[in-house]
Amino acid sequence: MALQTNSRVIRWIDHRLPIFTFMNHELNEYPTPRNLSYMWNFGSLAGIALVIMIVTGILLAMQYTAHVDHAFDSVERIMRDVNYGWLLRYAHMNGASFFFIVVYIHILRGLYYGSYKAPREILWMIGVVILLLMMATAFMGYVLPWGQMSFWGATVITNLFSAIPLVGPDIVVWLWGGFSVDNPTLNRFFALHYLLPFVIVAMVFLHLWALHRFGSNNPLGIDAKGPQDKIPFHPYYTVKDLYGLGVFLILFAAFVFFAPNYMGHPDNYIEADPLVTPAHIVPEWYFLPFYAILRAITFDIGIPFTGIVLIDAKLGGVIAMFGSIAVLFVLPWLDGSPVRSGRFRPLFKQFFALFVVTCLVLGYMGAMPAEQPYVTISQIGTAYYFAYFLVILPLLSVLERPKPLPASISEPVLRGGGTVAGATAKPMEKP
Amino acid sequence: MADTANARQGVEDQSKRDFLYLAAGAVGAVGAAAAVWPMIDSLNPSADVLALASIDVDLAPVAVGQAITVTWRGKPVFIRHRTEAEIEAARSVDVDDLVDPQPDEARVIEPQWLVMVGICTHLGCVPLGQRPSDPKGEYGGWFCPCHGSHYDTSGRIRRGPAPRNLDVPTYAFSGESAITIG
Repeated sequence: MALQTNSRVIRWIDHRLPIFTFMNHELNEYPTPRNLSYMWNFGSLAGIALVIMIVTGILLAMQYTAHVDHAFDSVERIMRDVNYGWLLRYAHMNGASFFFIVVYIHILRGLYYGSYKAPREILWMIGVVILLLMMATAFMGYVLPWGQMSFWGATVITNLFSAIPLVGPDIVVWLWGGFSVDNPTLNRFFALHYLLPFVIVAMVFLHLWALHRFGSNNPLGIDAKGPQDKIPFHPYYTVKDLYGLGVFLILFAAFVFFAPNYMGHPDNYIEADPLVTPAHIVPEWYFLPFYAILRAITFDIGIPFTGIVLIDAKLGGVIAMFGSIAVLFVLPWLDGSPVRSGRFRPLFKQFFALFVVTCLVLGYMGAMPAEQPYVTISQIGTAYYFAYFLVILPLLSVLERPKPLPASISEPVLRGGGTVAGATAKPMEKP
Repeated sequence: MADTANARQGVEDQSKRDFLYLAAGAVGAVGAAAAVWPMIDSLNPSADVLALASIDVDLAPVAVGQAITVTWRGKPVFIRHRTEAEIEAARSVDVDDLVDPQPDEARVIEPQWLVMVGICTHLGCVPLGQRPSDPKGEYGGWFCPCHGSHYDTSGRIRRGPAPRNLDVPTYAFSGESAITIG
């Protein structure tokens, strides 16, 4: 339905390019399940975090010099001499952390409420692509200040590719544009760090397109039975999202202004030195669980009793680390349970709780040195991480007896499904 | 008219169409690959990076038991003037017991001069062991603090996650005590 308006200008434009109709349809009257909890705030928060990162990032790029001789000094110049440069940089640094916090909660929400299940598989998979792009962007962004952690983090991560059989070392030289992480590497990382956020924006549009095809999942995980189960996005969820944004910004500001380096690493305030490795190389906190998985594979995988090694420990670690993300792509086909929401899955609920704990433990292990007992704990955590997706979810789809589902989204509220119209006035109408 | 012609020629014409389709597609694919290759290759090391690929090092000032680190291709190169005891320790090991079996003789030109790329073969950290105060690991060579790899006095991996011995760069003696690396 075309947008109803008295403005002749808007009607004139809308007739030629129906952008106002589109925005009205997707952001205003868009029918949304009436029972969304605050767990559904994190999608829009992630979008706002992306905007914060792009705006501060473009301004920082105007002051930054991507050259090994000048990069570190140009960042210090931003901190000391550029008007509000400290604010832009601290907002960008902590914005990255907050972007990941929000996205991780968003992903765990999807995992618990089965948001990846039919018909939202492609929506989910686009989300995993966005996660991968975010990781690549964050990694390359961390290299730009050209501190010790920048340099050695880049060295360790690019060296992962040398584990690829036959062509690995050539690929690493190609990635570097030289024989070590050096000026060509810094330049291309800067170019890609500027490019990828806009690729993320494009993927976010696809993500929203796929989302609006069937609308949001909800805490009950059942489909809306009709208009009485839905309310318009505006004003109900715009105001709920804005409230969540307020809370988010308070926490964000607390870090930016009072603990801007809490989530960073002091070694990155020492300029990169290719001849001295820091005693303890640690990635940013949001990569720690994956770093723990990488380091958990300390054994070769081969044919037993023959001594033939098929996958050495280094390649095994790399495969496990990338596999921990890749497994998310096939998740919709691993979990065959027809019930979406974890609320009605008594066994799933417990395994899911253990999964969340495992991710936190792996994160802690990633920050610890590669010694006992941390290695063994990382190995147990890695085993459970993969078992959750590859063994437990497929088995639960067959073995678990879910609790009965409510008849509709409004039924539990109305106690026994009383007549909908009387109890809730006119659901899809504006107040 | 085209429709009736197609109908009359039938199968023969179809196979001709398929051939043209595949041939045109193949030419297009080769053309696209030829256009993409310069872009991919532009990311490989450039001529100025390659031009700095070899260096000369004077070994005369390095006394027995001393070690120096020089930069070659942006990487540290370890040069150790080994003592008799260190050479003896490296040569007395049973080669079959090693993770990456290699006799000490294959890793040096002159036994007293050990020249290696000082980058851990695990994930690229710089091992400790060049300075007198550094930890040298359990085998008196080098110790990588990142993930705990121990290298012996021949730079061979003995314990820890690294898969290979420290790399020996291509080098040649250009005089009694001078080498050219690269």
